[in-house]
Amino acid sequence: MNFLEAKKVIFEYVRRGKDGEVDGFKRAIDEVDLDISQGDFIAILGPNGSGKSTLAKHFNSLLHPTEGTIYVDGCDTTDADKIWDIRKSVGMVFQNPENQMIGTIVEEDVAFAPENIGIDPEEIKQRVRESLVMVEMQDHRKSSPSKLSGGQKQRVAIAGVLAMHPKCIVLDEPTAMLDPEGRREVIRAVRALNDVENITIILITHNMEEAVYADRIYVMKDGRIAMSGTPREIFSRVEELEECRLTVPQVTKLAYELRKGGLDIPSGILTREELCRAICR
Amino acid sequence: MIRDITLGQYYPTDSVLHRLDPRVKLCGTLIYVISLFLFQTFTGYIVATVFLVSMIALSHVPVKFIFRGLKAILFILVFTAVLNTFLTPGRELVSFWKITITIEGVRLAAFMILRLVYLIIGSSLMTLTTTPSNLTDGLEKSLGWLKVFRVPVHEIAMMMSIALTFIPVLLEETDRIIKAQQARGADFESGNIIRRVKSLVPILVPLFISAFRRANDLAIAMESRCYHGGDGRTKMRPLAYGFRDIMAYVVLVLYLAVVIVVGIMF
Repeated sequence: MNFLEAKKVIFEYVRRGKDGEVDGFKRAIDEVDLDISQGDFIAILGPNGSGKSTLAKHFNSLLHPTEGTIYVDGCDTTDADKIWDIRKSVGMVFQNPENQMIGTIVEEDVAFAPENIGIDPEEIKQRVRESLVMVEMQDHRKSSPSKLSGGQKQRVAIAGVLAMHPKCIVLDEPTAMLDPEGRREVIRAVRALNDVENITIILITHNMEEAVYADRIYVMKDGRIAMSGTPREIFSRVEELEECRLTVPQVTKLAYELRKGGLDIPSGILTREELCRAICR
Repeated sequence: MIRDITLGQYYPTDSVLHRLDPRVKLCGTLIYVISLFLFQTFTGYIVATVFLVSMIALSHVPVKFIFRGLKAILFILVFTAVLNTFLTPGRELVSFWKITITIEGVRLAAFMILRLVYLIIGSSLMTLTTTPSNLTDGLEKSLGWLKVFRVPVHEIAMMMSIALTFIPVLLEETDRIIKAQQARGADFESGNIIRRVKSLVPILVPLFISAFRRANDLAIAMESRCYHGGDGRTKMRPLAYGFRDIMAYVVLVLYLAVVIVVGIMF
């Protein structure tokens, strides 16, 4: 069995009118199937309101599907006895770094999760040290989170999750509130974790440039998975992506337009170097 | 005004007081505050002054920083002083028109001011030398016996430490909202008191909404990091008494003894 499997997952919530009366049901997730192996780097793309954040909250049992099942590491996410095991193996990083800091010092914040699991003090200290080294924040371990930049805060949040020794990290638009420098820092840290530690990464984003590094991309639209495939496959379908209100990276768009204009270059170009090589050929 | 309140702020230096176990400091502050209200004579206050001054010297916190906390209570100080001076009956000191100042009144006013000032300085000295998380850890540990009476000690301590973490965040937010409303023409400075209070509504409503939203986000983030209350929770740095802390308790007992002796003898 794969690390994370979703079978025909449906999530509905009740829409209420002004006086709290039931106004109808809104289907936020509609028959989603996923199959993710250990060590994968997955990107889930989609415009606002496409259900991608709702889907993310299903992966560590914060939400339960209305219909269908999700298996994480062989456990059903609705199994109340397994809930802490699931949350231990699937860490979550959220959009706003300020709203997920619990400690007044970086070190304390990173120690929060292992303290909750009930690990020995000495082991906690070691895990905190290791996690901070992994995201290159060891020099700031005594600082107050409010003194850090956005990218640094988000890396501390990642370290806080790493200290649980998770098998998978779900990042829900981790770069949406960061400047370009912060974005690069966070994405670099995430890629390193995937490469070096073989941690499964599920990156939820609407920034196409970040999705380029994924092994596989899922594009969501109105609660359904509209497209899936490797970045190269996805980015060669420029028109379909634009229908989902997503803009492809500039290079890809340029290559696409050139190809449409009659230039003989391959489809699905992702980086500037590739485009240069294709044109010079 | 908000920035003047040093109570609850932490001043990072590396002193003996900073390194003491928070439980010792909590206990010490409690004993000190009680002693302030036991003294009825000036001799007693000399003892309290000696104790306080030596603690300030030990803490390495700049004196200016400590006294800044008094600015916030200046009004209360003047108010108590005036009331006590004019309204205490007793032997007449000076009298003009319908107002009489008594010897007892002056004495009482002086005591009240000393008490309030020492109280604020003493307790802010504790928070200045203890990190918020250490403080709540200390509270949780020293009030642990209340769990027998089903008091949710851990939860209260957790709420306190979260509140302390979010004070700067919410202050910044308030500032941002005020500027945003001013940019759209809101006026907070003119008009009588009722109008000014009314003009606070457009600040408070968005502030509360954002605070609730933050609380919701934080709760989800805590849950996904396996938070499930105090049961089975461990600490990265569990509190443990050292030689230094035992010495501090000895000093406290000595102080208490002196207080009692002075109280009986003078």
